[in-house]
Amino acid sequence: MAQTPTSTMSPEGAQAKAEKRAEAAPGLPRTGPGRLQEALRDAVMTAALAGVLGFFFLALRTDIAPGGLAITTRWGLWFSAIAIVFAGRLALNLFWFDKRGGGRAAVKTTAKTTVVSEGLDFMTIAGWVMFAVAVVLPFLIMWLLPGQQRQLIDLSILILTYVMLGWGLNIVVGLAGLLDLGYVAFYAVGAYSFALLSTHFEFIGFWVALPLAGLLAAIWGVILGFPVLRLRGDYLAIVTLAFGEIIRVVLLNWYQFTGGPDGISRIPKPTLFGLEFARGDDGFAAFFGLEYSTIHRFIFIYYIIFVLAIVTHLVTVRLRRLPVGRAWEAMREDEIACRSLGINTTNTKLTAFAIGAMFGGFAGSFFATRQGFISPESFTFLESAIILAIVVLGGLGSQFGVVIASIVMIGGIELLRNLGFLQQIFGEGFDPVRFRMLFFGMAMVAIMVWKPRGLISTREPSVVLKHRKKIGADMVSQGEGH
Amino acid sequence: MAQTTSVESGAHRRWENDPVLSVERLTMRFGGLVAVNDLSFDVGRGDITALIGPNGAGKTTVFNCVTGFYKPTEGRIVMRHGAGRKNDLVEELTASSAQHKSDGDGAVFLLERMADFTISHRARVARTFQNIRLFSGMTVLENLLVAQHNKLMVASGYTIGGVLMLPGYRKARGEAVDRAVYWMERTGLIDRADDPAGDLPYGAQRRLEIARAMCTGPHLLCLDEPAAGLNPRESAELNELLQFIRNEHGTSILLIEHDMGVVMEISDHIIVLDYGEKIADGDADQVKTDPKVIAAYLGVEDEEVLEQAEVLEVVAEAVGSKEEVARKIQRGGGEGGKQ
Repeated sequence: MAQTPTSTMSPEGAQAKAEKRAEAAPGLPRTGPGRLQEALRDAVMTAALAGVLGFFFLALRTDIAPGGLAITTRWGLWFSAIAIVFAGRLALNLFWFDKRGGGRAAVKTTAKTTVVSEGLDFMTIAGWVMFAVAVVLPFLIMWLLPGQQRQLIDLSILILTYVMLGWGLNIVVGLAGLLDLGYVAFYAVGAYSFALLSTHFEFIGFWVALPLAGLLAAIWGVILGFPVLRLRGDYLAIVTLAFGEIIRVVLLNWYQFTGGPDGISRIPKPTLFGLEFARGDDGFAAFFGLEYSTIHRFIFIYYIIFVLAIVTHLVTVRLRRLPVGRAWEAMREDEIACRSLGINTTNTKLTAFAIGAMFGGFAGSFFATRQGFISPESFTFLESAIILAIVVLGGLGSQFGVVIASIVMIGGIELLRNLGFLQQIFGEGFDPVRFRMLFFGMAMVAIMVWKPRGLISTREPSVVLKHRKKIGADMVSQGEGH
Repeated sequence: MAQTTSVESGAHRRWENDPVLSVERLTMRFGGLVAVNDLSFDVGRGDITALIGPNGAGKTTVFNCVTGFYKPTEGRIVMRHGAGRKNDLVEELTASSAQHKSDGDGAVFLLERMADFTISHRARVARTFQNIRLFSGMTVLENLLVAQHNKLMVASGYTIGGVLMLPGYRKARGEAVDRAVYWMERTGLIDRADDPAGDLPYGAQRRLEIARAMCTGPHLLCLDEPAAGLNPRESAELNELLQFIRNEHGTSILLIEHDMGVVMEISDHIIVLDYGEKIADGDADQVKTDPKVIAAYLGVEDEEVLEQAEVLEVVAEAVGSKEEVARKIQRGGGEGGKQ
């Protein structure tokens, strides 16, 4: 619609007028002498609007005075606000909207379903920024908030654990489109594998047990995969839900083997090439000539889960570009078409379950080593639901969405503990912590109303011939059970 | 119609001597309903064969049996790679419990014993669907790469080599993209390579489905109503595409179609079904003058009804020559259908 007419003859009629409006209204000329002028005019308009709107809120203030209301004027504040709006709008016009190819114009003229993005887009940049922050996060926390460092690093570890679990489940639910409500079973298998192996065999430490736990979880993934191969939709969800509960109930009742509700304690801590994070001559701190501090182990554990999560991410991204990943997504789109193209959907589903379960197993054994104690209580259905909620809120299939959703979900629950300021609004009798989960639930509902397909709902194609285009959620199927 | 004499002398009946696919005594029952009853036909190598018939005649059921989506109740479906009928090899295979058997210059497959995805992968029978089944959230290019899954899977070392970024996969992927580009150029989709398949207009989606099926490298391409919903120009383009596939790639084509323009123009061989049984089998000229076929399409019980002038008018409009129809009917009408 917004293409410049090539001939000198101009069309007439309503359609032509509409086209002209569309051309003229939203964007600013990208280059040329008119650009600065346009930007200035737009900024003046915005500033004027701010002036009108702000007049009654900023410039005039009424106070209760003896005998009625007293009006005080605050011209300084009003003018500053207008000036800030003007400068901000001008800067946006000149440096931001222009670079994005006409700001709102770009949104209006591209087709709704596909968004062309050339070069670096917002998500890539945000991803790298997040990665950089995550690399230095423990030291950042120690530098900025030394008082709460232990608590905050612990929270970061928890968030990263859920990021990893979310990425693992994303393979099954987001890519392969198989709704799995029992993902926590693999988390439990991983945790118990490591706990049992390390407490029964002294020579098995975290680094030996980690691949074994992943392997065992993958085997359980295949075991779950077989019975559910023929199931679709709600039935698939119910069976996976049952599977998760079966694993938990077995762990709870097989007392001789798993310790039942007592759980397993004294699970060994991870070591750095044999160096333990303990006080003493052969500990980490003594080896490097540092003063012993308990925070060392927290930082080390943080980096373990960080590396595990990054490995999960890299493998998933790689798999998406391999035939198996494309087959997963094709299966989510249309299973029958897959079979007509010679794809063995049985094997493809099993690989999705196995690889998703493997990452769950890795995360599980990390959980066991971090806690030092595990019991079936840690692996309830609520865990599965939270992990699934992270994947769904983030946007099915989106790696970046999982990160955002984990921070919001896990970090958000913690942040809501600090709602003291609400007491100032609602009075002393109000206990905000009691309403924590209510706020949280409302936030989730709000996200789903505002973004029904998750925070990041576009799909990145796995292979590009000429132009990288994001695919809108309305095209992408959600697979079985949605 | 100019070829009538040569056809009747039997010069071009490739399906009898060199069939790529033989359906033998195929029966498919769904509970009490007999969808296909004792059906036998051959599909000639390098032919464009059309399977036609009124709605509910069992055409798509035959397709689903051939491509393994249904297990036939009875009957044998033989797919042959390499020239000739290979009767000895087929009998040998039937006696054994194997799914396929190869000799020096080819192989035979018993499709009724094979799973749907191995039919596509091993026997090299590709298909499209009546209601288009594309991966609509994936780009056109991705759709065509999914079709080359098995080859790429081997090249990526069943994923392990691919994850470790071993070199072999990169080359194979390049070749797969080249093949996809080749088919996108042939089907006029190259400009939309990076668009999601669900965004394409209807005609382009039909072409993409054919391109995707061709990317599996089939010996036999089964098309279920490829011209449904196409405008006349798109229909003509489809004819060209199918003839290109047949002539340049030597792929045999079996199609179900209601658009008689397409069927009559490009088919070498037409098989007509009605109520799950074959009522005619031959080339276009034989079939379109066959009274049984005409009766089936008009839904009449007796051929006598066709004497009426207005019915003849309708028939002539549908199939071409009025005089020929009238002549055939007056001759008694028995000889058109072989069965």
